[in-house]
Amino acid sequence: MATIFIDNVPYHVQDGQNLLSACLSLGFNIPYFCWHPAMHAVGACRMCAVKQFRDESDTRGSIVMSCMTPASDGTRVSIDDDDIREFRAAVIEFLMLNHPHDCPVCDEGGECHLQDMTVLSGHVYRRNRFKKRTYINQNLGPFINHEMNRCIQCYRCVRFYRDYAGGRDFNVFGVHDRIYFGRCSDGTLENEFSGNLVEVCPTGVFTDKTLRKQYTRKWDLQTAPSVCPHCGLGCNTIVGERYGSVRRILNRYNHELNGYFLCDRGRFGYEFVNCDRRIRQLLVKDKSGDSEAFLQPIEKQQALHSLSEIFRSGAPVIGLGSPRASLEANFSLRSLVGPENFYIGISDPEFQMISRIIEVLRNGPAHSPSLREVEQSDAVLILGEDVTNTAPRLALSLRQSVRQKPMEMVDRLKVPRWLDGSVRQIVQENKGPLYIFSPVATRLDDVATKTLQLAPDDIARIGFQIAHEIDPEAPPVSDLTANFRGLAANIAETLKQASVPLVVSGTGCGSIHVINAAANVTRALRSKGKRAGLSYTVPECNSLGLGLIGGGNISDCFQRIMSCSVNTFIVLENDLYRRAEVQITDQILNNCKRLIVIDHIMSRTAEKADIMLPSGTFAETTGSFVNSEGRCQRQFRVIPPTGEIQEAHQWIFDIMTSLQWDTLRHFSDIESIGELLAAEFPVFKPLPEVAPRSSFREFGQKIPRQSHRYSGRTSMLANITVNEPKPPDDPESPLSFSMEGYQGIPPASLIQRFWAPGWNSSQSVNKFQSEINGPLIGGDPGQRLIEPSASGKWSYFTDIPEPYKPQDDLWLMIPKFHVFGSEELSSLGPAISERIPKPYVGINPKDAESLGKQEGEKVAVAGENFSISVPVRIIKSLPRGIMALPVGLFTLDGFTFPQWVRIVRD
Amino acid sequence: MLSDEIKSEIQCGVSVCPTRHCAILEALQIVQKHHGWISDERIEAVAKFLGLTVEEVDGVATFYNRIYRKPVGRHVILVCDSVSCWIMGFENILDELRKLLGIGFGETTPDGRFSVLPIQCLGACEQAPAIMIDGTLYGYLDSDKLKKLLGNYE
Amino acid sequence: MEKPLTQHFVIGGEPLDLAGYEKVGGYEACRKSLKSLTRDDIMKLVKDSNLRGRGGAGFPTGLKWSSMPSSQNSPRPRYLIADADEMEPGAFKDRILMEGNPHQLIEGLIICAYTVDAEIGFIFIRSEYTKAAARINKAIREAYEKGYLGFNILGTGFNLDLKLHISSGRYICGEGTALTNSIEGHRAIPRHKAPRQTESGLWGMPTLLNNVETLCNIPHVVNNGAEWFRGLSKCKDGGTKIFGVSGKVRNPGCWELPMGTTIREILEEHAGGMRDGLKFRGTLPGGASTDFLVEQHLDTPMDYDSVQKAGSRFGTGTMIILDNQTCPVGMVHNLESFFSRESCGWCTPCREGLPWTAKILAAIEDGKGEPRDIDTLDFLVRSLGPGRTFCALAPGAMEPLRSALKFFREDFDAHIKEKRCPWR
Ligand SMILES: Cc1cc2nc3c(=O)[nH]c(=O)nc-3n(C[C@H](O)[C@H](O)[C@H](O)COP(=O)(O)O)c2cc1C
Ligand code: SF4
Ligand code: FES
Repeated sequence: MATIFIDNVPYHVQDGQNLLSACLSLGFNIPYFCWHPAMHAVGACRMCAVKQFRDESDTRGSIVMSCMTPASDGTRVSIDDDDIREFRAAVIEFLMLNHPHDCPVCDEGGECHLQDMTVLSGHVYRRNRFKKRTYINQNLGPFINHEMNRCIQCYRCVRFYRDYAGGRDFNVFGVHDRIYFGRCSDGTLENEFSGNLVEVCPTGVFTDKTLRKQYTRKWDLQTAPSVCPHCGLGCNTIVGERYGSVRRILNRYNHELNGYFLCDRGRFGYEFVNCDRRIRQLLVKDKSGDSEAFLQPIEKQQALHSLSEIFRSGAPVIGLGSPRASLEANFSLRSLVGPENFYIGISDPEFQMISRIIEVLRNGPAHSPSLREVEQSDAVLILGEDVTNTAPRLALSLRQSVRQKPMEMVDRLKVPRWLDGSVRQIVQENKGPLYIFSPVATRLDDVATKTLQLAPDDIARIGFQIAHEIDPEAPPVSDLTANFRGLAANIAETLKQASVPLVVSGTGCGSIHVINAAANVTRALRSKGKRAGLSYTVPECNSLGLGLIGGGNISDCFQRIMSCSVNTFIVLENDLYRRAEVQITDQILNNCKRLIVIDHIMSRTAEKADIMLPSGTFAETTGSFVNSEGRCQRQFRVIPPTGEIQEAHQWIFDIMTSLQWDTLRHFSDIESIGELLAAEFPVFKPLPEVAPRSSFREFGQKIPRQSHRYSGRTSMLANITVNEPKPPDDPESPLSFSMEGYQGIPPASLIQRFWAPGWNSSQSVNKFQSEINGPLIGGDPGQRLIEPSASGKWSYFTDIPEPYKPQDDLWLMIPKFHVFGSEELSSLGPAISERIPKPYVGINPKDAESLGKQEGEKVAVAGENFSISVPVRIIKSLPRGIMALPVGLFTLDGFTFPQWVRIVRD
Repeated sequence: MLSDEIKSEIQCGVSVCPTRHCAILEALQIVQKHHGWISDERIEAVAKFLGLTVEEVDGVATFYNRIYRKPVGRHVILVCDSVSCWIMGFENILDELRKLLGIGFGETTPDGRFSVLPIQCLGACEQAPAIMIDGTLYGYLDSDKLKKLLGNYE
Repeated sequence: MEKPLTQHFVIGGEPLDLAGYEKVGGYEACRKSLKSLTRDDIMKLVKDSNLRGRGGAGFPTGLKWSSMPSSQNSPRPRYLIADADEMEPGAFKDRILMEGNPHQLIEGLIICAYTVDAEIGFIFIRSEYTKAAARINKAIREAYEKGYLGFNILGTGFNLDLKLHISSGRYICGEGTALTNSIEGHRAIPRHKAPRQTESGLWGMPTLLNNVETLCNIPHVVNNGAEWFRGLSKCKDGGTKIFGVSGKVRNPGCWELPMGTTIREILEEHAGGMRDGLKFRGTLPGGASTDFLVEQHLDTPMDYDSVQKAGSRFGTGTMIILDNQTCPVGMVHNLESFFSRESCGWCTPCREGLPWTAKILAAIEDGKGEPRDIDTLDFLVRSLGPGRTFCALAPGAMEPLRSALKFFREDFDAHIKEKRCPWR
């Protein structure tokens, strides 16, 4: 701790930080632009000026930038002296010389950091009487709108895009007062994190293009805390709604998890909620006459009646869970059909992998790090995972981790780590160790120490050997080449040297051996007393939650259907066509006597349903999810119930009601379901505490989803009724669909918007943190469910796969993930769909040559259960004899990876 | 886009650079020496050659005033417009040039013979007003001297 | 009067080649340094000589050299840079030195590199100095051939590679840290001064930067000793200085004179006084980014402390003279346009404030000034002052404006009142 004097009053602050964050942490309002809590200080905007005094006798002082000045013991500053006030107003006046003052038509209006700082700095009267400069804007693709005239040259965008996120197709151009931020010419921003520019830019240069199509001011958005449904990381988001449609996603700061940034899939993937494939009505198919009958709307009572008939008939009903449905929905379905009739809604190999991941994480000894911990790792080994495409936000954290080790140079020079400009000069292009073994080149390769593209089994083998090199107790790989042995020894040494090494792996290359190998490496490191972390990525937002609940194998489920021993099949928020090849899925669904689908999207499975119950998307659902870290989090719905849409667990509850079950009330709401879950599975014990209970009140009030400036409430429905409608109830949560309620800072997991008096932009997150860049007040949202057992009962995996050998006639087909396209829901939105690649099959150039195929020519590929014809894409990095197929593209999903396939020569 | 000669010249310069970035200005100078100015296509070619993006190359190129991103004439006349030459009347030189060539700062004669550009103090203040044509400095200028001078540049 | 720096060549004439330089004792200091002096010996000599940097800031050279970290455990390579960017309006002294005696600079660099244990040197020269560049290139070649540069210099085991780096233009490149960025192939944005460049400069390595004239003094200090060097001067700063004069004087040019020679002497004896019919009105004593001094200051000795006491800066020691028939507002407008064009665009006050300053001055000059403009200019002078901006460019730019408002206020008022420039 250090004592600093602010206008002669002593304050205790954390040692070693800068004056700006110290003052902001203390609750003072100091204006700033170029400083960013995660990107730190460069001293460009000159907004955060304070006056520093040498000692008590110094009365003149000198102006310094608080972001560039350490707050050390005895530092004396004034943050409110006349010179300071004049200078801050001057900086704003300078910025306003060329700013267009187009706030009324600017998308940033009302949540603009520039507006806030202008008011805060007290500049009002503009003396400039000369012409303003203007710029030409660029089309930056489907996500980001560009309006350069509003630019105040804080350099945050380029620092984020290039320095922080590693993007290279964006830069700053020009000189003196003609500075331009953008690309060389129109074109889509390629970086997967470009959306953060929207929040990083303090004014309206970079704004959300998807919001623009249905623009709403911040204060008119009804907002709620949510959890991103588009990958296994579960980044925290704020969802904004108006008139029943979702309008945008913003980052919801979570110190442990996503911090200040989201990936573009998470930010722009929401558009599926509003898409025309949404199911908003209860539908049934009348099969009596015509087998090709269409789904027709039906009365709810009638539907529930026929559903209860089905159950009453006594014929077996089986249920299929979903890795994208909430814990509560999955558990309700499991309870409805009985545990013996509940099946895991993922492929068998995936189930195996998820189970293994859970087993490894629970048995320990390695701990699965949060993203914040990932950032602090100083040596990283990635086995088999193309993180940018499977768990994008993790890639951004890994990109920061390579900066850890070189920080030693910075420390040696006694330069504070938050002096970002200096740090980057000192560090130059030095990077900490990062080793990537993957089947195809990845987007993180540019910061890697060493990358190698290998078949999944070979990746596992090198992993096993690394583990052995670290701890001889771990099984060796006997027949490795000397090269690989040397490499493994090298990596082992580097990992041992690190103070917090990290191993990253996951389900991405479809190999359980790779998962085992990663476990061995981490365990070996732990056996040497290293604080090693083990981070596994999983495919979907509740993969881990579903795995923890457990259930039968999907193949057993299919078998039961094929043997016609099943009367009714209930599918929860799941498209079987993504779980198995078309041929098989068709067979299953055709054999199914009665198919009931609970989902929000008209998937190919849903099209075959006999009864279709419309459930809610993340925006209409309150529920809990477990991310790949093992962190359980609650999302709250933001759209009030409309039409027949209701949460999946509500549908199941309705069926139970119509069956007049006596355990009924236990399933009435997520809290009761959560308690049942916690009672049945000890791992879910913290579940009821994941977020405040529905009975929670702050000063006797709920937390309102609408801002205190929400407008139009009395007129929004004026075409239907002139009476102001009663706000919809939300008995399941402590949030209300209203502007009445507690508008102060709520408990962290209920933060529905970042706003504070004087701070209308998302930069107001400062006011919600217990210290700048630290945890949210009251602790970050979420509860870790999985911790390695203290007793440490673990052993090394010994099942080492045979080396991969290219086959003459067979090809090893492996999955290739795409951040845009491989995930089901986000792919349905218009903005994301512009970024989805066309179907292809990737092969090595030599292989292409031997096949006589050019880029773009079609090849026919046949596997056990499929045959397709797809254009060739030549991928240099791919090992020979391996074929990479993009995962999840509409026409290319449902394959089992890896599998051996043939190429049908023409 | 880049001739083999240019490429080998750049390669020669690059070989002593510790980073790829460090080669940008050198490469651009070489290209400009051969072509007079640097078109978008050449930025692209340089970027490709150095393994950088166009944004990385152009971000640097657009900062410096002696990297020409627009076409210039065969001969570039740099007119010092800084303080000593201002005192000594560089504006007369500029007027004279306009009379003789019909162009002012930032312009090129229609026949592509001359471009006139402003330059910061040429470091020839004792000889003010001074100009530089294609790297040769001319000081103590007046209109007669200027007129004669231009004749040497075809 | 001794003129160590310029004695062996004629300004504007042919340069000394290697043979010529050696004939007049060239590379003796180099030989002596590398063969018989220790690093500490030379460091002490330079410190004792009271040589102060000739690049503008006047930082004591010995002190700067000794801030290079010790060679043990130091990251390598270590760099030495000669700042030959010389773009300060009014300055042309480094050009004279490089054109006249390029080997003198190279010898200075070798001795300096040896002293601070640097193995790679750069001469960062502006692209318009074509003649100087050609001469330096030739001199470097000669020095390599003769074994003064390269591997195992003079058989002493000391290595130094020297490269001439030609700038792509921009005044800010002369600023030491921006220069580093420029060599690295980045935009020439200045860097924060922590860490110091000597600890972490070019590519993160220890880097020493000195002005050309500073380095040219080194061989003479080594040859003749610190006491001799101090004795050259009329003040406590050591050595001679290349003083320059431009503007409407009879004989503009530059001369090597003792530090501490008065402005009057330089102006009247060397520059021949004002041209016929003109009167002295003021001078920027150290180049464009220094405050005006006026008639009452003519007897100020040109040394760092005296000029500062008089209210200006010694800067580069090259004066620009304002006469009584040249419009001071126009002159300041020209200066501010220059600085505004040369702002790197990194920090707000400079990037936005300088163009605004220039526009206001243009308006005043054009007879479109308003009385409140003077207040705005005062405000700008304050707001672009030291500490407010990232580097010294903008505060430097404000110096002539600040002093013009002080000394020539009536001219500003006349423009505004008469709605025209009284000199046009
Ligand atoms: C805007 C600006 C421009 C500068 N230009 C030059 C220059 O052209 N040449 C130079 O030697 N120093 C220049 N300097 C000063 C250098 O930063 C540095 O202080 C000097 O070169 C150090 O050398 P010295 O210690 O030998 O004087 C400039 C400084 C600033 C702030
Ligand atoms: S004062 Fe600021 S904008 Fe001006 S040159 Fe220095 S860093 Fe660049
Ligand atoms: S926030 Fe400190 S200078 Fe920009």
